[in-house]
Amino acid sequence: MKIINLRQMNVDQTGIINSIKANGELGQRIRDMGLIKGKEIKVQGRAPLNDPVSLRIMGFTLMLRNNEADHIEVEVQ
Amino acid sequence: MSTAIVLAGNPNSGKTTLFNELTGGRQHVGNYPGVTVEKKQGTYETDIGRFDIIDLPGTYSLTAYSLEEVVARDFLVNENPSMIVNIVDASNLERNLYLSVQFMEMGIPVCIALNMMDVAKKRGIEIDIDKLSKLLKVPVVPTIARSGKGKKELMHAVAANAFKDVEPLKVSYGLDIDTALDDMVKLIQPAGFLTDHYKPRWTALKYFENDQQVIEAGKKENKTIALKLERVVQKTADHLSSTLDAHPEGIIADHRYGFVNSILKQGVIRFYQDENRLLLSDKIDKIVTNKFLGPLIMAAVLMGLYKFTFAYSGVPVTFLENVFGWAAGFAQQMLPDGILKSLMISGIINGVGGVLGFVPLIMFMFLGISFLEDTGYLARMSFMLDRVFRMFGLHGSSVMAFIVSGGIAGGCAVPGVMATRTLKSPKERLATLLTVPFMNCGAKLPVFALLVAAFFAESKALVMLLITMISWVGALLVAWALRSTVIKGESTPFIMELPPYRLPTLKGLLIHTLERTWQYMRKAGTVILGISILLWAMMTFPGLNKARLAKFEYKRAAITSGLSLQTLNDIKTLEEKSLTKKALAVKENLLQVDLDQARAALKNSIAGRIGTSIEGVTRFAGFNWQTNIALVGGFAAKEVVVSTLGTAYSLGEVDPQETASLSNKLKKEKGWGPLTAFSLILFTIFYSPCFVTVVCIARETGSWKWPAFSVIFNTILAFTISLVFYQVGSIFF
Ligand SMILES: Nc1nc2c(ncn2[C@@H]2O[C@H](COP(=O)(O)OP(=O)(O)OP(=O)(O)O)[C@@H](O)[C@H]2O)c(=O)[nH]1
Repeated sequence: MKIINLRQMNVDQTGIINSIKANGELGQRIRDMGLIKGKEIKVQGRAPLNDPVSLRIMGFTLMLRNNEADHIEVEVQ
Repeated sequence: MSTAIVLAGNPNSGKTTLFNELTGGRQHVGNYPGVTVEKKQGTYETDIGRFDIIDLPGTYSLTAYSLEEVVARDFLVNENPSMIVNIVDASNLERNLYLSVQFMEMGIPVCIALNMMDVAKKRGIEIDIDKLSKLLKVPVVPTIARSGKGKKELMHAVAANAFKDVEPLKVSYGLDIDTALDDMVKLIQPAGFLTDHYKPRWTALKYFENDQQVIEAGKKENKTIALKLERVVQKTADHLSSTLDAHPEGIIADHRYGFVNSILKQGVIRFYQDENRLLLSDKIDKIVTNKFLGPLIMAAVLMGLYKFTFAYSGVPVTFLENVFGWAAGFAQQMLPDGILKSLMISGIINGVGGVLGFVPLIMFMFLGISFLEDTGYLARMSFMLDRVFRMFGLHGSSVMAFIVSGGIAGGCAVPGVMATRTLKSPKERLATLLTVPFMNCGAKLPVFALLVAAFFAESKALVMLLITMISWVGALLVAWALRSTVIKGESTPFIMELPPYRLPTLKGLLIHTLERTWQYMRKAGTVILGISILLWAMMTFPGLNKARLAKFEYKRAAITSGLSLQTLNDIKTLEEKSLTKKALAVKENLLQVDLDQARAALKNSIAGRIGTSIEGVTRFAGFNWQTNIALVGGFAAKEVVVSTLGTAYSLGEVDPQETASLSNKLKKEKGWGPLTAFSLILFTIFYSPCFVTVVCIARETGSWKWPAFSVIFNTILAFTISLVFYQVGSIFF
């Protein structure tokens, strides 16, 4: 068990969100899409230029930029 | 009497599809007052009553961060609809209910249309509808919007439950916030603070969510109470921050999801398959957004769109060209010579024909684009392109504005400029709306199509692709230049859903395509025709003076002097091949005089004078005065370039049988060749946006500074590019 940054996750890796560091608009957007503490996510893929990243959460797919992923800490195996 | 209801829900939940199913053809598309967010209105009428249905913009939440969300909640608050029909995607229940909770917190009656039941079933998701309804205390009706299944039941539920008084939903946000909310309600209630619009607890919640719209309204309503509320929030926030290391906004979102989750956990939802297993959609994505294949497929898709548009629209385009050619020929024969005839043919028929002739092209383009949009591929494009866009100081969502404007050729910069409203960061938005006019809008297409058909007929699709690439590269470079000089600044969040791939329905595609084509035609019908006539007047008046007219008469007399009446009659009536050599020469000389006269008249006209006076400069970019007039006309609307060129050249034509299309005319014209044509294409891509777009830019930016900037800057930029291209090109060709 260790806590890493979402940016550092590999494609197909799963993890549980540990905390969201962002507030304000970015924090609100992140949470509105269901990225909240305790949710399981799986990195689905990355865009051709490695950024943005696509995630699987609650059965749907989401995309966000690496510098936004920086605000999300994930607990991985 | 009719009942006012709204359709609301997440993007991609099937809102538009359900709206179309319910209202059929009876819909009206407009805007929300004061803003340019699209507002669709329609009616549903059966024996159970008449319902006025409003389609709210699709949103994930109800914050004040995006215009869509503000519009949606302002509408709910100000118009007080009898019921919110909340479309919920059954295959994506948890996230969709997060928005439902926010609707229920507002205290307006909600009825849930549990849509995409077929998709949920396929994914092995089973939902206990009765239980969901009981736990949420709102009616829930399963639907499949795509096939219209469940819509009757839905409307029955709406009829039975509208107007009912409901208590706003109270979600618990933890002891600290709940206590603070209660304290705040005690301040709000007796003072009637904002209670005309908002329920007390909702106002308090918005203070906690740091909602600037509500906080501003509060300040205006009652400064003392506003200050007290802010103090309660501040105190609680400080406490939360020190004990839990958390902000109220975060806690509120967590608890809303927690509330949804607690309901789903009570046996409402069951998964028969792993929720996160690879769906077909994900497998497609593995290929379509692959590092190497992705960009290749994207290029192929763009190319395919062009092929589709040009290949299938060819027949109706030719047909329309023929119809208008025939109409012009008919008018030529039936009407007496003079101003009326000239107005009819050069002003009206050519003007309308120049616009309508390209309607099929535009329809096919829109069909292709809405296909890409509805399948979900467009979102993938923005996924793949975001990194690139950010390099130029734009946003992945800028893709939408660029595409609406004609990034995939055939859009329009007017809605494109308006589409930038979804961009919250003012700087990225400004950069986007100033550069979207470089895209190949539907109105520029006729110009390109004309020139490509005339000079690059063998490699149509390839040249059109080249044109698209040039406009993209140009737009991005200019955006980058703007973002590093006049509009510097930080970037905004890019968190979006990648919707599953879906096969669009024909009905959905057609409604969408026809709506947009109709919009183009309406614009064409009014603005273009008016301007075509105005330009005709500019090109007709003041006309030649008596002395110059007499000169041409004198020339004619000189040519025909000494000829017998019989010969003169033959020249007028007989076919060329039955004329003697001498008579034929006379006829040709006469024709030349007519051409010279028409040309002189045009050059002497207002437009001709303008065009000629700047020809000295523009000829270095390859443009003659006819082109200059056309380009001036293009400021009114880009498609006018075509109708004006048509008018300019048909005024120069005399042969009554000549009804071949303008592209054939240009091919034969002196001074026209691939080099000139491409120089004109470049200029058309980059020069000043049409005045409709300019007005929109003014409205969107709230000042005349930026539109003035875009008119002047773009035109100088365009002329520089064309000039360099033409001069360098002349060395090689
Ligand atoms: N299988 C299935 N597909 C549906 C259903 N309802 C809608 N769709 C499809 O889902 C896609 C999205 O539907 P829209 O009606 O455009 O969704 P929307 O909520 O209006 O989305 P936005 O326009 O992005 O706000 C379309 O391709 C529809 O054909 C349904 O009940 N079942």
